[in-house]
Formats: sequence, structure tokens, C-alpha cells
Amino acid sequence: MSGLTSRHIISMDDLTAADITTVLDTAESFKEVNERRIKKLPTLRGRTIINLFLEPSTRTRTSFEIAAKRLSADAINMTGSASATVKGESLRDTAKTLSAMACDLIVVRHAYAGAPQVLTECMDAHVINGGDGRHQHPTQALLDLFTIRQHAGRLAGLRVGIVGDICHSRVAGSLVPALRTVGATPVLIAPPTLLPARPDVLGAEVAPSLDEALPELDVVYLLRVQMERAAGMPFPSLREYARFWGMNEARLSSARPELLVMHPGPMNRGVEISSAVADSPRAIVLDQVNAGVAVRMAVMYLLLGGEGGGAAA
Amino acid sequence: MALLLKGGRIVDPEAGIDRVADMVVRDGLIVEIGEDLAIPKGQTIECAEKVVVPGLVDLHTHLREPGREDKETVASGTRAAAHGGFTAVCAMPNTAPVCDTGSAVRFLVERAEETGSVRVHPLGALTAGQKGEALAEMGDMLAEGAVAFSDDGRGVQDAGMMRRCMDYAKAFGAVVVSHCEDESLAGSGVVNEGVVSTRLGLAGQPAAAEETMVARDIALAELTGCRLHLAHLSTAGSAELVRAAKARGVAVTAEVTPHHLFLDEDAITPAYETGLKMNPPLRTAADREALVEALLDGTIDCVATDHAPHAPHEKELEFELAPFGTTGLETALSLMITHLVEPGRMDWADLVRVMADGPRSAFGLPEVRFEPGAVADITVIDPEARVEVRREWFVSKSSNSAFLGATLLGKATDVLVGGRFALKNGKVVD
Repeated sequence: MSGLTSRHIISMDDLTAADITTVLDTAESFKEVNERRIKKLPTLRGRTIINLFLEPSTRTRTSFEIAAKRLSADAINMTGSASATVKGESLRDTAKTLSAMACDLIVVRHAYAGAPQVLTECMDAHVINGGDGRHQHPTQALLDLFTIRQHAGRLAGLRVGIVGDICHSRVAGSLVPALRTVGATPVLIAPPTLLPARPDVLGAEVAPSLDEALPELDVVYLLRVQMERAAGMPFPSLREYARFWGMNEARLSSARPELLVMHPGPMNRGVEISSAVADSPRAIVLDQVNAGVAVRMAVMYLLLGGEGGGAAA
Repeated sequence: MALLLKGGRIVDPEAGIDRVADMVVRDGLIVEIGEDLAIPKGQTIECAEKVVVPGLVDLHTHLREPGREDKETVASGTRAAAHGGFTAVCAMPNTAPVCDTGSAVRFLVERAEETGSVRVHPLGALTAGQKGEALAEMGDMLAEGAVAFSDDGRGVQDAGMMRRCMDYAKAFGAVVVSHCEDESLAGSGVVNEGVVSTRLGLAGQPAAAEETMVARDIALAELTGCRLHLAHLSTAGSAELVRAAKARGVAVTAEVTPHHLFLDEDAITPAYETGLKMNPPLRTAADREALVEALLDGTIDCVATDHAPHAPHEKELEFELAPFGTTGLETALSLMITHLVEPGRMDWADLVRVMADGPRSAFGLPEVRFEPGAVADITVIDPEARVEVRREWFVSKSSNSAFLGATLLGKATDVLVGGRFALKNGKVVD
């Protein structure tokens, strides 16, 4: 069982193509465990994992918690808000405090980019970035790769269209470099108000429109539209967004028959994805969620160097 | 008391001098420059292998007093200035409370007389409370000793308000200093909009956030006839706008900071170094080179530090939460020597132009000319000295320098302010 190149997973740039393959292969065996009646392994018994979620999250936190518990680690959830650490204790002091409690691995979700890096600087524990600001969310990208590989049978050579709020999306922030590392081609599709300043430095193609890009795509990945922002909306209305950047049945007919439709959840039905598409066999959204637990088990296992009999013992 | 500066290379392009000579200072004034001078009694400072220049002036210093004396005070900031070779600093008005009244200016003037190591020239706010809504009492502040006016830190957003400021300032012949940042474009940006904002997932400020304001304020200078000085230019486009304005004869001057001359956004890595978070942000390598060119060809008149001291606990926050700014007083001269004088892109006369004469002329401060009768504001530089930029190097209360870890060439060894030592043999004189 080989470990990973890096002792932390902060961004997809920390992982080589070989690392990604290791994670996905390890996750395969954990996925099998997750299908058993007894879903628990003793692998990380006695290890302490803290889920430090300083930004609201239910899905990701639950997924990490389940992953830790299925490996028999002691998983503790800490929630709060990044603004509380501003007014009260600094993130550095929080990190040092948790380090003093001798935790082995910390998963951090934070509203500001670079926060996981701060943790690596002031604690001994391994750090997994559970999403930092608009920067990265590497375990999401890993579970997405796992799901694509599961359905398409490969990753290299695929064209993956990423549609929507790319410049504010840490999901895209990790998925784009992840696809590049495994030899797939990310294609960004969004109104220019939602594109990053320099998509070229990410090595992504930018498509002029969803309709033009769609026939060539193997995967279409729909990002969640942030409905909360009222003032300064980057598009005039949800209706108009759905018309030009939403995935619907009419568009499905112009796509390849084997097109995979993905979404990081939670979905806004009728905006970025129509109900018909969301419920169609092309949509593999729940497979992504399912893969999430196995992939997070894999990275915890690989970082903590779980011992004894391999992953699926 | 008499003082003999012996055998230094005396450089002052305004006085047409660049030669090895002796200089005699008596009662705060330069009395003689010549060969083989001697004084019957007094002190002799050996200046062989050193360069003697008119005292350096920083147009852009945040002294933080009153309000944030934990970061810097008039005393500590002026000691840092002396350490860096400056004989005068211009104090920005964004203190707490804002320096927007005559009495606030008087406080600073008196504080500088009591505790300052070098001269302090206060700037007053352009608008009351720097809120951009109503004129501040500029006449009153001028009468108390203000040298220019600025809402530095938060530019005046409303063009009509800026026009009113410039029209009114013109009544007193005052210089208006513009912090060029359109907040509707800069938004919550913490780095340059481009490669780094994309890679690090940080909100970016586009170059246009600065350039549209530079263009606006140049147009307003033409409209009003008010003297305009543009603070901390950071983009190639801004430099080009100033170049074109000067060619048309607009009364505009401009400054650039050492960090915009010698650092660019590529320095900001996934380690999210908050020491490199500034406003305006570090721009591209192409911008940096264009700014150097603009400084060399005279489009940009002077170097100003934007010395922005911050407490360690503030800079140790997450990048998006950490305050903007780097200290600059104690590294500016060494950076200029290391990157421009030593490689031969600039000679010593150019250095005097951009760090002594240019700043004085931009704000209309009294000239310091190396000729008999002139005020003895003098900086003596050892061009061969090495400076290791470490936290311990700084005399400032703060050490949030973007250049920590650098090794630089050249530093000030002695600073005379009105003939009195503020720095002697590399040590600040109290």
C-alpha cells in the first residue's frame, strides 16, 4: 500500500497523477465495504479526526464524518463561523489549540481561501481541505473523478464541460486542475460575468456557449447557481440563466448518447438543471454522493498510513 | 557647532555638483563645499567611499498616531525614517480620528516637534472624515502646517465631489493627492485580477479600477487647474496616462512605491503570504517593468514608500482578512540602490531626483540645495554596506515588510536634519 506524495491535501496541485490513481483505486475497495451490511473497518482505531467546519455545511461534513467513523477513527465535529474566529480567537490559535489536543487529522472548511494552509503551518496533524473560500475543494474533485471513471471507464481524453459560476466556485477550482492532471480536457462554459480573469492559466478551454460545446462533451458538470446574491447579480434573471446555461431535455438530445450529467449538489431544479434531466439515467449525481464517502475514507486512510491487511481487509 | 563631512562623493544635480569634496555645516546650514577644507573645532565625519546627497523625503508615510500607537507613533515612525535615510516624511491623514481639522494638524506638528527624529509634514484629509461627502477645512489645515490634501486609503468616489475638492484646493494653491481606486471595480479584491486571483481563488482588483480613476483625476486637473499628485501608481496603463497628460502640459505629478517597482504578483504563492497583500495590489511583471521605465524617463516623479505598519496578529490572519500594506521607510533606499543604481540603470543624480528633489518639488516643500546658505538636511550613504532584511533590522514598531529575507546593497549611515544628527554611523540618535 503506497501513501501519497504530500502529507496534506490542500489543493489538487498537491497530487500527482499517480497519487490520484492511488486514491481512486483505494476508494474502489472502500466502496465495496460501504455496500456491506457491516460497514466498519478497524483501520484507524484510536486515531482522532476533527472536522473543523467554520462555514455552514451539512453534506460535506456528514460525508467526512461517516468516512471517519467507518474507519473507526474518533471523529469530532467542530462548527462555527470564520467571522467568529476574527472577533475572538484567530485561526492560528484555534489550530494550535487543536494541535495541543493531539489530533491526527483535521478536515477544514473555511470561508476564506488559504485557511487550510494556515493550519499546516501551525499544527502537526495532517490537513484535508474541505473547501476554502473560492479556492479549492479537492475531495470533491476526487469523488468526481471517481464517479466519471466508474461510468466512462477512463479519464484520459474525455472532454468535461463545467457550466456556471466558475469564478466563485471552489468545486471548479479543484476540478479543472484535477482533470488536467489525469489527461482530460476541462471546458469552461459561463457568461463572462462568471468566468475567472485568466482561465488560460488554469489550462482550461473556454467555450462560447453551452449549445456549441455540448455535442463534443463526454461529461457536463453543472455548478450550483448562488441564488442568495440579490444585488449585483451576474445575470439578469434565473429564467434567462436557465434558457442559456441550464441543462434541459432539449439540450440532451443534441448531446452524445453516453453524456454524463453531474452536479455537486444541492441542485436548483429548473435553474441549472431541469427536473427531467436531474431524474434521468444520464444524471449520476447520487453516485457522486456515494463515491464521496469512499473517496474520503481513502484519503484519510492514505494520509494516516492505515495499517494491517490493506484497505478492504 | 561645526561639522566637516570629509571626502564624500557629493551629489546634487540641482546644484550641478557630483564630485568628491568636503562640506562644512555650521549652525544648521551648509556653509562651504570644496576641496581640503578644515574646521578649527567641531566634528569631522569621514565620508570616503560614501555618497552625500540632499536629505531624502518620503511623500507617503502612515505614522498611525493618533489612534494606532501600537503599530507606529510619530516617534517610532520618524526614527524608522532616519534609519532609512530620510530627513522628512509626509504623514497621511487616515489616522483615528482622521486628520481633517486645523487642530488635528497642529497636534501632529507639535507631536513631531516633541518626539520626532526627522521633519514631519502633515497631509490633511480632502473631505471631512475622509467620507467623500463634504469638504474638509483645507484653509485652516494649511495655516496650521498641512502640505497637501488626500483621502488616501479611500479615494473620493464621486467625481463631482472630487471636482469640488480640486476647485476649492486651488483657492489656496494646494496640492491634491489622489488615491486612485474605483471601489465599484475594485470590489472586495485583495490581489491583482489576473493570474494570481485565478490560481488562488481570491477576488481580484482589475488594473482598470486604478486607471479609470487616474484618467478621471487627470481630466479634473485639466478642468480645475488644481495641482494633482497621484499616489502609489501600480499599472503600466496608469504610467501611460500620466505620460500623455504631462505631454499635454497638465500639472500632474506621480509617485511609485518600492514594492510596486521591485515585486510583482508572481511572488504570491499558495502559501498566501499576507506580507505581500497591498493596496493597490502587486501587479504583473510587465506592469513592474513599465513603472521602472516611467520612473527612469521622468514620467513618474518620485519614489514614495506608502509605509504601512501593521501589528503581527493582524497580518497573521487569513489572506482575505489581513490588512493591506507593507512597511517601507527602512528598505526603500537600499532597494533603489540594489535594483537600480548598482546595476547601472540609474546614477546617483537620478536617485537624488526621485528620492529628494522630486518629492520636495511635488509638494512644494522647501528646497535643499548643496550650496552655501542651504539648510543642512543631508543623507550620507554607504553604497557597499549590506543589509539583511530581518525583523531585528527594523527600528519601526512594526516589521511587516514585504522584503523580509532579502539581502540588499547600500544603506544610509548618517542623516542630518537641520545640521543635527538623526542617524549617526548607522544608529538612530535620540
